[in-house]
Amino acid sequence: MRDRTAVVGIGTTEFAKELPSTERRLALEAIAAALDDAGIRPDEVDGMSCYSMESTEEIDIARNLGFGDVTYFGKVPYGGGAGCGVVGQAAMAVAAGQCSVAVAWRSRKRGARSSRPWAGVAQRVGGDQQRWTRPFGLLRPVDEIAVLTRRYMHTYGGTRDHLANVALAARRHANANPAATMGHKVLTRQEYLAARWISEPLCLFDNCLETDGACAVVITTTERARDLPQPPALIHSWAQSLPAQHQTMTNFFCDDPLRGPAWACAEKLWSLSEVGPADVDVAQLYDAFSPLVILSLEGYGFCERGEGGPFTDDGGIELGGRLPVNTSGGGMSEAYLHGFNLIVEAVRQVRGTSTNQVADAGFSLVTSGEGVPTGAILFRRDD
Amino acid sequence: MHEGMLLPELDEESAPFFEYAAAGELRVQRCAACGTRRVPPRPMCHTCGSFEVEWERLSGRGSIWSFAVPHPPLLPAYAAVAPYNVVVVESEEDPAIRFVGNLVGSADGPLDEIDPSTIRIGEPVEVVFSSPVDDGGGPVVLPRWVRAS
Ligand SMILES: [Zn+2]
Repeated sequence: MRDRTAVVGIGTTEFAKELPSTERRLALEAIAAALDDAGIRPDEVDGMSCYSMESTEEIDIARNLGFGDVTYFGKVPYGGGAGCGVVGQAAMAVAAGQCSVAVAWRSRKRGARSSRPWAGVAQRVGGDQQRWTRPFGLLRPVDEIAVLTRRYMHTYGGTRDHLANVALAARRHANANPAATMGHKVLTRQEYLAARWISEPLCLFDNCLETDGACAVVITTTERARDLPQPPALIHSWAQSLPAQHQTMTNFFCDDPLRGPAWACAEKLWSLSEVGPADVDVAQLYDAFSPLVILSLEGYGFCERGEGGPFTDDGGIELGGRLPVNTSGGGMSEAYLHGFNLIVEAVRQVRGTSTNQVADAGFSLVTSGEGVPTGAILFRRDD
Repeated sequence: MHEGMLLPELDEESAPFFEYAAAGELRVQRCAACGTRRVPPRPMCHTCGSFEVEWERLSGRGSIWSFAVPHPPLLPAYAAVAPYNVVVVESEEDPAIRFVGNLVGSADGPLDEIDPSTIRIGEPVEVVFSSPVDDGGGPVVLPRWVRAS
């Protein structure tokens, strides 16, 4: 399906720490904005794709917006790992002819219990991810990633300065993005190093934001995209991965826990692409936690194993650097919506409309969560 | 061990691990047909497809593979003893067989008994077992880890 489908509309609500609207209303606003951007009427929509953790319902979305007869609807699991699969599967449905115009969305409120499954655990914890970890106080996603991060630092000599590079790049990019919730706040390395711990070796600024908001995209065929108002972001290739013997988040029970799902996803992605990592102009790498960006730089082949930290040195992932990463400010400084705002920003880069625009961006990568079953999309400008 | 800690829900696959723990034994599930070890325990062998299992007793010795030191915000029972350590221990029998737990000074010691700044990756540890803890749902014995003597 290479280059046969495209994202033709993007929409976002306001992002804030707390918004009065419901998740349903936020989803409707974002999808309506994306359709408006695409120049496509709601009654033309016949495909729907969202996260399994999404609390808004397809029937509700469809009848509020006035969709036509929907002939494809699907959901992708694993929270922050889902986003690229949500869009990729919608595109696959379009390419296969199961629908002609699909919308994909994520609406999330930080206070919503459905968004924070670990906050509502009962006294007795079951399931392979929790039973063997929660009783001992490994309670939150940040604790699980802290274990991997310390091992990574021990194995490869990674430092807190590398993690700081990720947080600072995101913040500098957010400072140029009026929509970013942290856009008005400068972050210095001194502030990073002095911040309180959340789960050592990870501090406050190694964590993503907590955000209320919603994002949506519209996907259709490349053929139709060329008649629509926006420059199409062609879906050059996309991939998902749930690697052999993987256990989500607490993948400590295998030979090589530091080799996460990004590796298998990258292998599939590049096998479906005409280009490789060296051809990517800009990347949005899922950043619920700063070390995931470093692991993703390695997994997607931008550097060798263990070299992700040094890759971030000297502005390596900032605008003008080796590979500008998370140019909207990402989950750490724009908004955390399970990575869906990263997809919107990846589209902006091939449109040429980012507030941190990479000059002449032809290939724009976006990835979903590392450490969980994941996905990635390589967008291409329609030259 | 303290009031309010989360306890594991036991099911058909996980219950034997905790029953052996109550008997003072660290055991790992192993395929009865081909011998492949499995952590966490689960119904089926991914190597040969067998559902038959046995439980292999391990020495209880291993080394710290990595650890985290959580700070609040945490569930109240854990916030009360934070910062504390959570270690991942690699068994001496098989580097891919690892256990999540706590490094403590004694079998029933609090989670914050060991100064986290003294913990090192690679240091040798050995298993001990807590006294039975009961939240009303039946007693559970948890494996814990002390520095190797
Ligand atoms: Zn077997």
